Amino acid sequence: MLSLSVNGQSYPVDVPDDMPLLWVLRDVIGLTGTKFGCGMAQCGACTVHLDGQAVRSCVLPVEAIGNRAITTIEAVGNTPSGQKIQQAWLEVDVVQCGYCQSGQIMAAAALLARTPQPTDQDIDAAMAGNLCRCATYVRIRAAIKQAATGKAEILQTIGSTPEGAVS
Amino acid sequence: MSTGTFSPKPEQAVDLQRRQILKSSGLAIAFLWLGGTGAASAMISARRQPGDTAAAMADGNPPFAPNAFIRVDSEGPVRLVMPSVEMGQGIYTGCCMLLAEELGVGLDQIKLEHSPPSDELYGIPALGGQITGGSTSTRSTWSVLREAGAVARSMLVSAAAVQWHVDPSTCTVDRGVVHHAPSGRSASFNQLAATAGRLPMPDKVQLTDPKDFKLIGKPIRRVDAADKVKGATQFGIDVRVPGMKVATVMACPTFNGKLASIDDKATRRVPGVVDVLRLDNAVAVVGEHFWAAKKGMEALVIDWNRGENANLTTRQLQDAIADSARNGKGIVARDDGARPQGTLVQSEYQSPMLAHATMEPMNCTVHVTHDRCEIWTGTQVPMRAAQEAAKITGLPAEKVVLHNQYLGGGFGRRLETDWVEQAVALAKQVPYPLKVVWTREEDIRQDHMRPMYHDVISAVVDANGRPAWFGYRTSGGSVLARFAPGAMGKDGLDDDAVECVVELPYDIPKARVEWIRHDMPPGIIVGWWRGVGPTHNLFVVESFLDELAHRANKDPLEFRRSLLQKNARALGVLNLAAEKIGWGAHPLPPRVGRGIALGEPFGSHVCVVVETEVTAQGEVRLRKVVAAIDVGIAVNTSSIEAQVQGGVLFGLSAALYSELTIKHGAVEQGNFNDYRVLRINEAPVVEVHRVVNAEPPGGLGEVGTAIAAPALANAIFAATGVRLYQLPVDRKLLVQNPEALKSVASASAREGSEVA
Repeated sequence: MLSLSVNGQSYPVDVPDDMPLLWVLRDVIGLTGTKFGCGMAQCGACTVHLDGQAVRSCVLPVEAIGNRAITTIEAVGNTPSGQKIQQAWLEVDVVQCGYCQSGQIMAAAALLARTPQPTDQDIDAAMAGNLCRCATYVRIRAAIKQAATGKAEILQTIGSTPEGAVS
Repeated sequence: MSTGTFSPKPEQAVDLQRRQILKSSGLAIAFLWLGGTGAASAMISARRQPGDTAAAMADGNPPFAPNAFIRVDSEGPVRLVMPSVEMGQGIYTGCCMLLAEELGVGLDQIKLEHSPPSDELYGIPALGGQITGGSTSTRSTWSVLREAGAVARSMLVSAAAVQWHVDPSTCTVDRGVVHHAPSGRSASFNQLAATAGRLPMPDKVQLTDPKDFKLIGKPIRRVDAADKVKGATQFGIDVRVPGMKVATVMACPTFNGKLASIDDKATRRVPGVVDVLRLDNAVAVVGEHFWAAKKGMEALVIDWNRGENANLTTRQLQDAIADSARNGKGIVARDDGARPQGTLVQSEYQSPMLAHATMEPMNCTVHVTHDRCEIWTGTQVPMRAAQEAAKITGLPAEKVVLHNQYLGGGFGRRLETDWVEQAVALAKQVPYPLKVVWTREEDIRQDHMRPMYHDVISAVVDANGRPAWFGYRTSGGSVLARFAPGAMGKDGLDDDAVECVVELPYDIPKARVEWIRHDMPPGIIVGWWRGVGPTHNLFVVESFLDELAHRANKDPLEFRRSLLQKNARALGVLNLAAEKIGWGAHPLPPRVGRGIALGEPFGSHVCVVVETEVTAQGEVRLRKVVAAIDVGIAVNTSSIEAQVQGGVLFGLSAALYSELTIKHGAVEQGNFNDYRVLRINEAPVVEVHRVVNAEPPGGLGEVGTAIAAPALANAIFAATGVRLYQLPVDRKLLVQNPEALKSVASASAREGSEVA
């Protein structure tokens, strides 16, 4: 019987040692915010934090975790960088289908925690492992910058309505 | 910033008794321009009464449910039932805006519900049923939902006026409350619901004057975002039913192959494995969780009967389809008579098979009991899925209950029901609820793929290089023939195959357009893929138009402009895109080029300019994209930006990287390592500009995708002088000289992504 620390709570789990954390979270503990996309660390949908570091939970055997603290999308809003990223995500209106966005937000929050003022190159390096088939990449970039600077990124490249207002 | 002006139409009174039936021009289902603001047809209506079976099932019997879309309870938020499904395109936000605008509630005062399966209540007339696809949702429901909101508001106001003994016209509505200013009285929609529910339908309702719109036409943030950023949104794959087991499945990798035999001794020893189930062409391993099922599948020894496709290769398919395009007998979609005299120019283009690769792999949860089948999945076709389940279980239709979910991407993949059928066939073998989750490999290998195409395109040009005649012979499989055989045109024409070619935006006097139907071998099932026919046709047509421009020594922009003098809306987007990127204003660096492409897919008008660098080693580095779009009346301008950005990048992703190939009758790719898609470090800025007018709304979700590839190919030509006749981009053709390749290794070593 392993004990996992997830979002500040301890979970005893009776699972095979080689079972990836992703499936323990989703199918055993019942935290479904972390998503399955590829099963081989190619898409980043399953990204969670281990002691604040972004990791791909679909290839992380539970036996390798030890007593490190697991944070998932359900609780990343309790961290300063996670809170900023989620807020910026809403303000820039990043999401489309939303399926990859848990992983995007986890990767972005980890980036912001270690690099408070990321450059475009920093963003590319940290986020290139997270696929988005809706291709929300333009707004992801804008939202990370907004979270970092606190300065509103332009939501609209359309200057279309008479008011041109951003709601 | 924008061209044109917004000239709102005067306040519209809608006569509900004498509404016009939306005309579908010939083909009901080939994703045609619907025309007009279109009132409701019998299929989707603002006037449906509660008491309909499906509506009653969904609505929890609220005191006020004036139609299929609005539920007002005696307390709590107003519930809005969404006729279309949400797969990222933002339609839930658009639908809510249309309903809320006329109803008089804030978007923070509503609760959304997925619609239950019902063609009658939620069918899109142009598509012949409850289908979200073909960029038709806003076009089809734009007026219906406004009317539905207006009907409800009118009845709630009447309820207040009756109670207060005042003239309804002296009442106002604001944020879910009816006010009577002269007497200082007010009542909430909740308080008025019971009375409103007893009132008759109004004969006429007044729609809001566009100049008074609070929501429509503004950039509005998505109503589904708050849950999505917290991981709280429930997708199909997140469904958890008490007592549920989890299965993963493997179908015969060879198209049309069958399951011969299995040895499951090792599988049954895997901890957590519960069952091994068989179908005619597939096997499923059931576990207490997905991991047990997956480990069990890995331990399974499977013997397939690979059947007639066992030696099939991509090359064989390409050779056969090329022969069809060159020599096959075509079905004529347009013919303006004899080809005029002049110089004949001809090219051939090829487009590959593509996977959808939605981020959420196919999955479906089913519980079959002796008298009931309950399904949880994310589908673009709830009614079709429920009907298929009824067939497989033998249960009457009313015993199949389908709970639709948020879709983790659709792109046309979830217009199919194959994975639902498979899950039902498996679930009916077991007593417990069964969640079937495909691996990514299964998702790619068992996709209903975008068909391959081969095209022979030609033109007769005059002495100035201006086309006087245009010829098109396109060869490919038909999605429509399987999906909706009744919608095939006379002579067996599939309109989707020639969409955006039969009617070109350009002033070219004569044309001959033919489709040579070329079915794939049995077992290779082709499906709708974002942008459908236009995505393929516009690549060919707009690449070829670029060829004609260069052949005539004309600037590609000027060449198009000269052919668009009779098409104001197309010219509008062309000029806007050119202006915004500064076409021709400054010289570009070596091996940097700009490509332009224009089209009129899905009732909208779009022009995209791609600016790209091509390295000496043949690597394509996108620098910038500018898109100009005319969708007519905008519902949500933020959504327009997002859909064009995402749509263009989706199209560029496929053009740059994606192709399914076949060896031994099976798809060779299986995951994102070998089925490459665009990543953020490869994504350029995409600027979106809109031509503003008050024309009826056009389609949006697929427009950017359909126009992306030719703009890229034309940009690569501008950068390198190499014309690409085949997708995806073949870097080998773009190498500047053999010496350049020597530095490839060091260049690629500098790339790569950090995975923390």
